[in-house]
Amino acid sequence: MSLQPETFKSLVKVAAEQVIASAPELTSLDQAIGDGDHGTNMKRGFEAVLGKLDAISAQPLDEALKMIGKTLVMTVGGASGPLYGSFFLAAGEALSHDKHLPDDLADVFGSGVNAVSARGRSQVGEKTMLDVLVPVLETLKSAAGQPDLIERVRATAAEAAERTVPMQATKGRASFLGARSVGHVDPGARSSCVLVQAVCARLEEK
Amino acid sequence: MGDTVGIVIVSHSRDIAKGTADMVRQMVGSEVKVAFCGGNPDGGLGTSVPSIIDAINDAWSAKGVAILVDLGGAETNSEMAVEMLEPVRRDLVVVCNAPIVEGAVMAATEAAGGSSLAQVRAVAEELSAD
Repeated sequence: MSLQPETFKSLVKVAAEQVIASAPELTSLDQAIGDGDHGTNMKRGFEAVLGKLDAISAQPLDEALKMIGKTLVMTVGGASGPLYGSFFLAAGEALSHDKHLPDDLADVFGSGVNAVSARGRSQVGEKTMLDVLVPVLETLKSAAGQPDLIERVRATAAEAAERTVPMQATKGRASFLGARSVGHVDPGARSSCVLVQAVCARLEEK
Repeated sequence: MGDTVGIVIVSHSRDIAKGTADMVRQMVGSEVKVAFCGGNPDGGLGTSVPSIIDAINDAWSAKGVAILVDLGGAETNSEMAVEMLEPVRRDLVVVCNAPIVEGAVMAATEAAGGSSLAQVRAVAEELSAD
């Protein structure tokens, strides 16, 4: 897969649309274990991204990713803004420093994951978006170059989001609930899964 | 009297942020610059990075700015806002690990005496110590 500007634009568009369409589900998950604003926050952020889509996709890829990150930071209005924003800012920064797509996909994605971990001072296993992003990164590494990479990434994201159900949150608002956070999909894990799956689905169509 | 550390109050609720700023002004007076913000970019409960950046600039002092926050998102968004400041200002802003109302009053009281940013932060954060 090569990443042409038109392909990039369509990936951003479909990812944003899928997050916006998932807003009610994300909100209801967040009402269960958080403060109930994840869906509306993500919707606001990704609507802003869609509003700037032409300007974003006119940029070189590194600048385009940074512009997505900055847009999310400035518009989401919850902790997910800096978290997702930092992911895209760091991924763009990696591309500015001798990393290229698609060859360095795992490295670029890994830069984003590290930024999320640093921003949230969080690790895998704490019932957060990292519980999807880290397994996806592992699949990107272990299945790099394989013909079924996209399918495996897609399956990884879905399984990883489900695996947050029995976890007890120790970071973020859900940690206030202690043991009562068990039994629900983490809203951040779910939104990460939606984004990853939207990109995979569009790439499989190509 | 010389410059004093500025205080920024960041709550998910604009009412809480404003009320906290009102208390600080009444208890500490007007020699300390206090700015506040609250609410997401649509005006609902939440916090907004651009609003936090504006508040930091409003409360700006050559001695620096101490930020008091309520819950997680306010802290994450405040840290992000600090990183987005001009490089010369970044190192002069701290997010205090302290309760928002008591922290703001204690920090402003300390700031009014002309203390450094590190002293202002330490006094606010004593409230969170065991």
